[in-house]
Amino acid sequence: MTTLAPPAAETAPEPSSPRRRRAPLPLWLLAGALMLPALIPIAYLVWAVVRPGGFDAGGIPAGRLVELFGSTARLMVAVTLTTSILGAATAWLTTRTDLKGARLWSTLLTLPLVIPSYVGALAFLGLSGNDGLLSRALTGMGLQPLPVFSGFWAAWAALSLWNFSYVHLLAVPALRRMDPALEEAARGLGASRWRTFLTVVLPQLRPALLSGMLLVGLYTLSDFGAVSLLRYETFTRAIYTQFRGRLDVTPALFLSGVLVIVALVVVWAEQRARGRAALYAHRPPRRPVVTALRGWRRAAAYGFLGTVVAAALVLPLLTVAWWAIRGLSLGNPVGAVAGDLLRSASVSAVAALITVTAAVPVAVLTVRHASRATGALESVAWSTYSLPHLAVGLGFLVVAVRFIPAIYQSVLLLIVAYVAMFLPQAMSAAQTGLRQVGPSLEEASRSLGVGPMGTLWRVTLPLLGRSLLAGGGIVFLSAMKELPATLLLRPTGFETLAVHVWSASSELFYTDASVAALVLVAISAVPLYLLVARDLHRT
Amino acid sequence: MRRTTALLAVIAILAACGANGTTTTTEAPADTTDSGTTASGEALTLYSGRNENFVQPVVDAFTAETGIEVEVRYAGTGELATTIMTEGDASPADVFWAQDPAFIGGLAKEGYLTELPEDVLSLVPERFADADGRWVGITARARVFVYNTELVPEEELPADIWEVTDPKWKGRLGVAPTNGSFVAFVTGMILAEGEERTREWLEGIAANEPQIFDGNGPIVDAVVAGDLDAGLVNHYYLLQRIAELGEVPAANHFFSDGDPGGLVMATGAGILASSDKPEEAAELIRYLLSEESQNHFLGLFEYPLVEGIGTPEGQLPLDELPTLDISLTDTADTLDPALALIAEAGLS
Repeated sequence: MTTLAPPAAETAPEPSSPRRRRAPLPLWLLAGALMLPALIPIAYLVWAVVRPGGFDAGGIPAGRLVELFGSTARLMVAVTLTTSILGAATAWLTTRTDLKGARLWSTLLTLPLVIPSYVGALAFLGLSGNDGLLSRALTGMGLQPLPVFSGFWAAWAALSLWNFSYVHLLAVPALRRMDPALEEAARGLGASRWRTFLTVVLPQLRPALLSGMLLVGLYTLSDFGAVSLLRYETFTRAIYTQFRGRLDVTPALFLSGVLVIVALVVVWAEQRARGRAALYAHRPPRRPVVTALRGWRRAAAYGFLGTVVAAALVLPLLTVAWWAIRGLSLGNPVGAVAGDLLRSASVSAVAALITVTAAVPVAVLTVRHASRATGALESVAWSTYSLPHLAVGLGFLVVAVRFIPAIYQSVLLLIVAYVAMFLPQAMSAAQTGLRQVGPSLEEASRSLGVGPMGTLWRVTLPLLGRSLLAGGGIVFLSAMKELPATLLLRPTGFETLAVHVWSASSELFYTDASVAALVLVAISAVPLYLLVARDLHRT
Repeated sequence: MRRTTALLAVIAILAACGANGTTTTTEAPADTTDSGTTASGEALTLYSGRNENFVQPVVDAFTAETGIEVEVRYAGTGELATTIMTEGDASPADVFWAQDPAFIGGLAKEGYLTELPEDVLSLVPERFADADGRWVGITARARVFVYNTELVPEEELPADIWEVTDPKWKGRLGVAPTNGSFVAFVTGMILAEGEERTREWLEGIAANEPQIFDGNGPIVDAVVAGDLDAGLVNHYYLLQRIAELGEVPAANHFFSDGDPGGLVMATGAGILASSDKPEEAAELIRYLLSEESQNHFLGLFEYPLVEGIGTPEGQLPLDELPTLDISLTDTADTLDPALALIAEAGLS
């Protein structure tokens, strides 16, 4: 499942196709055009910072910028390290040990992805403080209530708990596909288990871990909902503060531009760090080495997995459900959810469909006609993916209002923004599918006289079905959860579930927020389970 | 082949959802009769810095009575003001209803608002409308010091706004420095005390390491729950909580007359200069000042501005309410310095 993984900087050559056909010009034009919507607002933001005389911070003191860099970097590093350790540990325990129910554990460890970080933050608020669920339990036992979870540690815990699944998701297939011969050789030469792990397993895991760290790091950089609700000051929160606290969009644009540049640097650094390593080896001939856990180790392993699942999945859902039920029984008002659900689901579904369709030509170009130039195109796609949604949203807003007012605050603009932001997810899924299929069937079809479009339609697409579905599922999930760009770009009166949860929880209407959050999580769980979690442990 | 069928099925489902989505978009928010279209055939657009519970019932009643459909975009006052400035002439908004006089005054000063009809302006006392008639107050609210009665003994209550910078309040206070009402309070303080004194006060507050919130409601909730000792907010949040929850261990403390901490502010509404439906827009503002709407706001504990409607239960009448005596129109002039000072103090 490499759906979520950015590719290596330079794609390893396709072993099954020694000759490479030059890409037809129409394909190039098509792929380039599909990339364009993402590039326009980003180019605009970067231009806002670097244009001559454009270094206008709108009165933001330089010291403040340094402070923001510091607080954002601190959170990013802490969350990235925590999630990589957590995700690697859960992946190892579910693939390389003889613990029972590995597949079930793995599903439970993947499902926290359906909990958007702002819903997690909402649960944190509902757990802590004098009125919180956990505090009530504690005071019931005669203990002190918990203070309200806020600030750095709260943001760190929330972002770690609701992001480590990315690392898990990427590390599981990597661990399963490693050739056991290497580990056996190391053990045979007398290396300890631990040394084998450090010198043989970990290096092979590095590309997957780095991809996971990149995803988590970039997400932390761009998170808006959780840091806002938990009141930890980062770059994105400062952008929003500037946007709402000034009668001028310039300072917010400036900060967005700076953040975009930071994100691009992070992507570049990750590509350098990963080097030329290919993501996964080919399917191993035998089952991987399994460690038998006995006695306290076994108990501790179950305890660890149980704690992680409890903290990341059970506790937040329980808290949100408790607030919903308590509020409903008190007769608190709940806004209509059905309309929001319909709007969220339909706009996300349309976005997913268009994104998957757009991903096919890009994937065909980058896989079947791979060259240095297509590599650059791929990097561009990943760079746009890495950008903070709040900044992208602001870019789209300003570009639309100034240059294409007809689509401003329309569903169309919202969908264009989703497609631009999530195209790489679908592209990556399609690429994985194409690489697994290999070009031989297509070549056979061509040699039998079927044209390129006919071959695409009758051979390539049917073979890609599953990969495209998985990609579409991920895009759907991402669009359902997306908050900051939706807040800025939605048509007036077009409330989605995410917007509903957000506006209710920032006013602390817990009942209302909780009901909407539960619906959002339940709907998001379906594609995630069907398309990702269920297949994770099949080969 | 099974895979292809599955894919096609999903695409069909998605397409069906998409069709549903398109119909929902075009549907008006309130499912009232479809006779209600405006002259140009489109709905009136209201940008509301006031929250949905407060506004939507009145808007629905307006649509039911006049047949004019209204689409409402809910967000923070500052967000909407910035959005309007970014949109310029292309703004879809017809009416803007802010939660404070400073941001809407700022828009008026920059020429984004048109002059209101005289009959609308004359509905409220002069001090609660723009001197040049570009916005009119709908309701008024007072800035107060809300405190938890179990955590803050009465003798500890600050006599004036300066006392809140005393180190004894370190870590005990909640503020929402980027919220429109706090910003408006700072604009008032600058008018009354000058920039230097205001800077001192903001730096004093920042030195006390207050808990920073985005809005007033969460501060009051934290004070009621005892998670926070006190906060600087508007008067009505606590009254709403008491109405919902009954007795709570929290109270509003009013500063004395003439103290910058006790500014009584109007929530202003105005019509955008770029609106192509100024008639209907004026109609909406007239409706916000109707007896029916004003009573709705009174029920939510804000001060109605139309005379003779009444006073929120248990509160002093508007005329006797302690306030800083400044012109609300002038707060627009101190908006820029206020925002700059708040930023420089590290509070935004």
